Amino acid sequence: MFRFSKTILVLALFSASTATVAVDNYKGIGRQATPAEVKAWDIDVRPDFKGLPKGSGSVDRGQELFEEKCASCHGTFGESNEVFTPLVGGTTKDDMKTGRVKGLSSGELPQRTTFTKVATISTVFDYIQRAMPWTAPKSLKPDEVYAILAYMLNLSEMVPADFVLSDKNIADVQKMLPNRLGMTTDHGMWPGASAAKGGIGNGGKPDTSNKACMKNCKSEVQIGSTLPDYARTAHGELYDQNRSFGPVRGTRTLGAAAAAPAAAAVSPAMELATKNGCMACHGVNNKIVGPGYNEVQARYKDQPDAEVRLVAKVKAGGQGVWGSVPMPPNAHLKDEDIKTLVQWIMSGAK
Amino acid sequence: MVDSVKQPGRLRPAPENFLSEEQIKAVGAGRRDFLRKSFLAAGAALAAPLAARASEGDPNILQNPEWTTTLGNPVAMRPYGSPSKFESQLIRRESPGLARVGGASVSFAPLQGMFGIITPSGLHFERHHQGWHDIDPSRHRLMVNGSDDSLLKKPKVYTMDELMRLPPVSRIHFIECGANTGLEWGNVAVPTVQYTHGMLSCSEFTGVPLKTLLEDCGVDYKKARYVLAEGADGSSMTRTIPMEMVESGEVMVAYGQNGEMLRPENGYPLRLVVPGVQGVSWVKWLRRIEVGDKPYATKDEAVHYIDLLPNGLHRQYSSIQEAKSVITTPSGGQTLLDKGFYNVSGLAWSGRGRIKQVDVSFDGGINWQSARIEGPVQNKALTRFNINWVWDGKPAILQSRAIDETGFVQPTYGQLRKVRGTKSIYHNNAIQSWKVIESGEVSNVQVL
Ligand code: HEC
Ligand code: HEC
Repeated sequence: MFRFSKTILVLALFSASTATVAVDNYKGIGRQATPAEVKAWDIDVRPDFKGLPKGSGSVDRGQELFEEKCASCHGTFGESNEVFTPLVGGTTKDDMKTGRVKGLSSGELPQRTTFTKVATISTVFDYIQRAMPWTAPKSLKPDEVYAILAYMLNLSEMVPADFVLSDKNIADVQKMLPNRLGMTTDHGMWPGASAAKGGIGNGGKPDTSNKACMKNCKSEVQIGSTLPDYARTAHGELYDQNRSFGPVRGTRTLGAAAAAPAAAAVSPAMELATKNGCMACHGVNNKIVGPGYNEVQARYKDQPDAEVRLVAKVKAGGQGVWGSVPMPPNAHLKDEDIKTLVQWIMSGAK
Repeated sequence: MVDSVKQPGRLRPAPENFLSEEQIKAVGAGRRDFLRKSFLAAGAALAAPLAARASEGDPNILQNPEWTTTLGNPVAMRPYGSPSKFESQLIRRESPGLARVGGASVSFAPLQGMFGIITPSGLHFERHHQGWHDIDPSRHRLMVNGSDDSLLKKPKVYTMDELMRLPPVSRIHFIECGANTGLEWGNVAVPTVQYTHGMLSCSEFTGVPLKTLLEDCGVDYKKARYVLAEGADGSSMTRTIPMEMVESGEVMVAYGQNGEMLRPENGYPLRLVVPGVQGVSWVKWLRRIEVGDKPYATKDEAVHYIDLLPNGLHRQYSSIQEAKSVITTPSGGQTLLDKGFYNVSGLAWSGRGRIKQVDVSFDGGINWQSARIEGPVQNKALTRFNINWVWDGKPAILQSRAIDETGFVQPTYGQLRKVRGTKSIYHNNAIQSWKVIESGEVSNVQVL
């Protein structure tokens, strides 16, 4: 054992002293990246703004771009909750002073938005540049990213309407960010060096300490919560989500009438609906989040123009016909696929 | 006589298949004695068409079934094999309400029907942020560079051909999304283990230790203490990884999964494997590794995958998946067939190493017994446990509690909420409870 650990020590010293020296250890494997290649892919922007491209953009220009490229999913004011959680809202002038979003601790926030959480403005720049718009990532030029970010800062009431954001003043914006002091790394879940050793976190010390008691560990069992009735059926027929043999069966949650034969062939339209997530919200014979296809068919069966309207509705999403829960847009689907789906629904969704 | 008894020639153990609606209701209402009686009655009634032989036994034995008396299918009829048609129920599923758009969503693995520790690749859970692509491996590249020149001698580009010439390692590891069980922080929200714990999978991964590549590029370990991993998808997912984990040799650039290439949904042709750390760090479709001297605060470590505490602060760079376990059979949304013997089975895992012990309680945590661990137990891998149980038909609450090699004991909901509140979303590793009622129905409950 002693000799073993000594060997490790020697090896460790050896590798530490040689680590920066050896290059190209495997003959013929890999080649040097060209500067142009590194530039093409190395687009990340760090909290200290390392990697930030030069450029600038105004709130006005940003509004134009946002309405054109972002509003369909995030709402004109970044407020939309339909496709994703809102980008903007929930922060106050006071938060900008303190650097902590008060609504996060008071419980007053109905929902956390991007700006209630983010502590580093570089994060938002980096992310829009690499990933947005969602359906056309990496299509924005740096000036456009600056402009869009300027508009979002204006919506958050951090900068005036005539503001121009640039690589020169983005560090000043950082100093106003409402939740800039809102992060802690004092926890045990960072797998690297601790803060005390120049890294992050407390070195892996957990924050809970249960004991492995074996007998008479408590006098009573306190139930905190049970499965609500709506949740029992919201995930469809659980009988069909378990094997039809073995030690247990799935519980029948929708009643025997809804039972599908175990190995029924799946129709191509059903496959299309499943693949595109329609079945997550609609049952053939039952409401899930949206109406059952049987209900849709029953409602529109005597309306000859229903198909056209339903195709448009499925594409654009919307709410109000069946209740206040919205259907998200399905703009990513091909028109002919939506048409197939609607025709399938109107003919009984078999 | 019940009408379903008229079905000739088949004796099925599944009560639902030969009981009438009313009888199922009776069973649902807790009258299980009734089940046994009608089973006997059904057996007797089946005898009628086969008059003389019926009393001799099960027609499935007495009359050879068609698979025993006819020619079967040829080889390679299905060149890439697929599961039996009788297995169609156990598939990845989405949770309604969670999914707003399919490209930024989750599908859960059907843990309720899986065995052992390996997740079949086609059932591996999915989490994409900007959809998935089937990337042409001949056009895929991995770049390794430094945040500046002093951290790495020579930025390099590798092709798949080259990466697959390097000496590989193969290791079994679990991957769990940081948000697994996240819907349950405040209260019970979903019915089955697929939706409570199904953002969990375990595979044998094959690839090259990242360390091999960084050293091939001449990394300066003294200065470069962080790694940024970046994906080739639209989101170009980025996450910060500590260099300590890379130096340990555990972090791997993987192309193989369970003996075949990675599946497209899981990062084909290349992904990062960061054992013990939440799934989002296992960057899929990996295209770039940058070494740096500071963490990066990317969107998925500065706006998401941050854990909200009651005092309004968020924990940032929380990465390790602490010890956790769950009973998968029986579990929520299942119904026990009858009183008597059951093998209770489940999974345990820890991001800090090996599982040392798993205890199971049948009375909501008052008394515990240690379960059998199915070995060999692997580092940062799913571990299967089993324990015998004779169900007496009375209500019960089943729980499991994992202990890992550091001595850490999986917490209760009460303990976890005391320090982290109920709005954390991420890293919920509380003890899971399943309640069994007289009818045999198992459902999700939380015991504090
Ligand atoms: C087609 C719909 C769509 C469009 C158009 C779109 N986004 Fe997004 N956006 C999304 C989705 C979906 C996400 C969440 C992605 C994920 O889960 O990682 C997102 C996430 C974001 C986020 C991160 C928010 C957070 O809290 O994590 C920002 C910032 C953002 N978008 C900005 C923009 C901007 C700016 C534009 C226009 C240039 C834009 N988006 C266009 C769908 C869209
Ligand atoms: C996230 C849940 C969700 C998804 C996914 C979803 N829907 Fe819907 N759907 C709804 C809701 C909610 C409504 C009710 C909207 C209303 O009240 O106006 C709805 C309504 C509909 C209607 C009736 C529209 C009307 O005006 O009466 C059709 C048809 C429909 N959906 C088809 C589809 C198809 C096809 C897909 C897949 C491409 C799909 N849905 C995906 C939630 C969803």
